[in-house]
Amino acid sequence: MSALHRTRPGPAVLRHVLLVAGALIMLTPFVYMVATSFKSQAYVLTIPPQFIPDPATVDNYVQVLTTQSFAAYFMNSVVVATTSTVISVLISSMMAYAFARFRFPGRELLFRLVLVGLMVPAIMLIIPQFILAKQLGLLDSLQGLIIFYVAASVSLNTFLLRGFFASIPGELDDAMQVDGANAWTRYWRLVMPLSTPALATTTIFTFLATWDEFAWALTIINDPSKRTLPLAIALFQGQNATQWGLVFAASVVAVLPVIVVFLIFQKYFVQGLTSGAVKG
Amino acid sequence: MIDSTQPQAVRAAVSPVAARTARRRRRAGRATPYLFLAPALVLFVGLIVYPMVRAFQMSFYDWKVLAGATSTYIGLDNYTRALGDPFFWRGLANSGVYMALSVPPQIVLGLLIAMLLKAKSPSQPVYRVLFYLPVVTSWVVASLLFKYLFADKGLINWALADVLHLGDGSTSWLSSRWTALIAICALGVWKGIGWSMMIFLAALQGVPKELEEAAVMDGANRWQRFRVVTVPAIRPALAFVVVMLVIGGFNVFTSVLLMTGGGPGGQTDVLLSYMYRQAFTNLDFGYASAIAVILTVIVFVLSLAQMRMFRSTDEEER
Repeated sequence: MSALHRTRPGPAVLRHVLLVAGALIMLTPFVYMVATSFKSQAYVLTIPPQFIPDPATVDNYVQVLTTQSFAAYFMNSVVVATTSTVISVLISSMMAYAFARFRFPGRELLFRLVLVGLMVPAIMLIIPQFILAKQLGLLDSLQGLIIFYVAASVSLNTFLLRGFFASIPGELDDAMQVDGANAWTRYWRLVMPLSTPALATTTIFTFLATWDEFAWALTIINDPSKRTLPLAIALFQGQNATQWGLVFAASVVAVLPVIVVFLIFQKYFVQGLTSGAVKG
Repeated sequence: MIDSTQPQAVRAAVSPVAARTARRRRRAGRATPYLFLAPALVLFVGLIVYPMVRAFQMSFYDWKVLAGATSTYIGLDNYTRALGDPFFWRGLANSGVYMALSVPPQIVLGLLIAMLLKAKSPSQPVYRVLFYLPVVTSWVVASLLFKYLFADKGLINWALADVLHLGDGSTSWLSSRWTALIAICALGVWKGIGWSMMIFLAALQGVPKELEEAAVMDGANRWQRFRVVTVPAIRPALAFVVVMLVIGGFNVFTSVLLMTGGGPGGQTDVLLSYMYRQAFTNLDFGYASAIAVILTVIVFVLSLAQMRMFRSTDEEER
C-alpha cells in the first residue's frame, strides 16, 4: 500500500483534498455555533452569514450564566451524570466479574437476559417506566433520573467489562485465592486495578450518555429547578424561538466539557467502540 | 473455572468442626456470584425487564391514566387501530424514509473516510477526532444547531444560493414534509459518520496485508482490491454497522421533536414522536404501548434478518 502511494502522488493529493473538504464540512456547524453565541440578536440570521462576529459580545454568556440560571442546570447535570456513572460502573463491574469468573446455575440465561437490554431501545420502555417512577415517587427528582440512567447503562457496561475481565488470566485469581483472598478482595484488589482501560471506557461512555440524555428527563421533570442541561436548553429554545445567541451560548457551555473529556480520553473511545464491534 | 471447595474439603476430612465450617463456606461460596450480581440485576430486572413486560401487557388494555379508574382489557384492539390509523402509517413511512436517506450515506461515507484514513500518518489522529466530534455532541444541541442552519435565512440557504448557485435560497426547509425530512436526515448523517468511520477504521486494521499485496501482484486495481480483499475481510464490521444504524434509524426521536416537533401538522412525525405524543399529550398509554411493541418487533425482525443475511454469505467465517 505505502509503496503504491509513493510511486503515485496523484491519489495522495486527492486523498488530502477529500479529507480536508470533509473535515471542513463537519466542522462548519460547530464554528458557526460558536460564532453565533458571540453575536447580539440583530446579527444571528444575516445574509451573508458572519463567521467572525462583528461586533462581538459576551452578553449571551453573561445572561445565560446569571439570569437564566444555567449555572444551576449545569450543576444538576454534573450531579446526575457523575452519580449515575459511579454507581453504574461499580455495579456493572461486579456483575461482569460474576459472569467472567464464576460458574453457577442460570449463568447463561441471566447473561442473555442482560444482553436483551442492549437490543431494546430505551424509549420503547418510556411509558411503563413513567408509571413505575410515578408509583415510586421518583417524578420530578434527580434520583428518578439517576436510578433509571443506571439501569439503562448496566447492559452495555456489563457486556464490555465482562469481555475485558475474561481476558485477564484466571491463574492470577487462583494464586490470590490460595493466599486466602476472598472473592471481593480478588475483584477489588486484582481484577479492577488491572482493568483500568476498560473501566475508563465504560466510565466515559456512561458519563456522556447521561450528560446528554433528553427523552427521559423531558418525561419526568416538570420542576424548573430540577432541569438538566439538555432539557433546559431544549425548553429555553422552545420558549425563545429566535434567541439563537443565547441558545448557543448555553449549548457551548453544555458541549465544552464533553469535548474536553473526549479529547483527553479519545484513546479509550476507540477501544470501547472496537471491543463492542470486533469482539461482539 | 475456580474451584473454591478444594482446600476446605481437605480440612473437612480432618475434623468434624472443620467439616461444618467447610460446609458453611461452601454454601457461602455458592452464593458469592449471586451477591456480585444482585445490585445490578435488581435494578435491571426492576427498571428494564419489568417495564418491558408491562409495555407488552399495557398494549392489550384501554389504559386509564387516572388513579382509581379501571383499565379494560380490549385484546388486539390497539393493534387493529394502529393498522387502520393513517398517521401511524405516515410515521412508519417517515421512519422508513429516514433510514433510506440516512443509513446508506453513513455507511458509504464512513467507509470512504476510513479508507482514506487507513494509512498511518501524523494527520490521522487529528482527522479521526474531527470526524468524531459530532458523535459526542448531544442530540439536543445538534438538533437545535441544525434547526438554525436550516432556518429561512440560515447558513444552508445562503450556501445553496450564494455559494453553489443552486436556487434562490428561499426554501423554507422545516415547513414542509420532504424538505424537513431531508434536514433531519442531514443531521443524522452529520452526527453518525464519525461512528461508522471509527468501526470501519478498526476493522480495516484487521485486513491481512499479504492478501492485499498478493492482489497488487496479480494486477488488481483499487476497486477490485476493495471488492475482493477489503469487503470480505470487514464483513462482520459491515454487518454490525448496518444493524446498529437501522436500529438507530428507528430510534430517531429527539431530532424530530426539536427540529419540527413532528410538524407541520404531524407530517414529519416518525413512529417514536407519534408514539410519544399519543402517550404524553393524548394520555393514550395503551395505544402508545401498542405502537412501541410494533416498533420493537420490527427492529428485532429487521436486525435478525440482516444478521442472517450477512451470515449466509459469510459461511467460511463460522
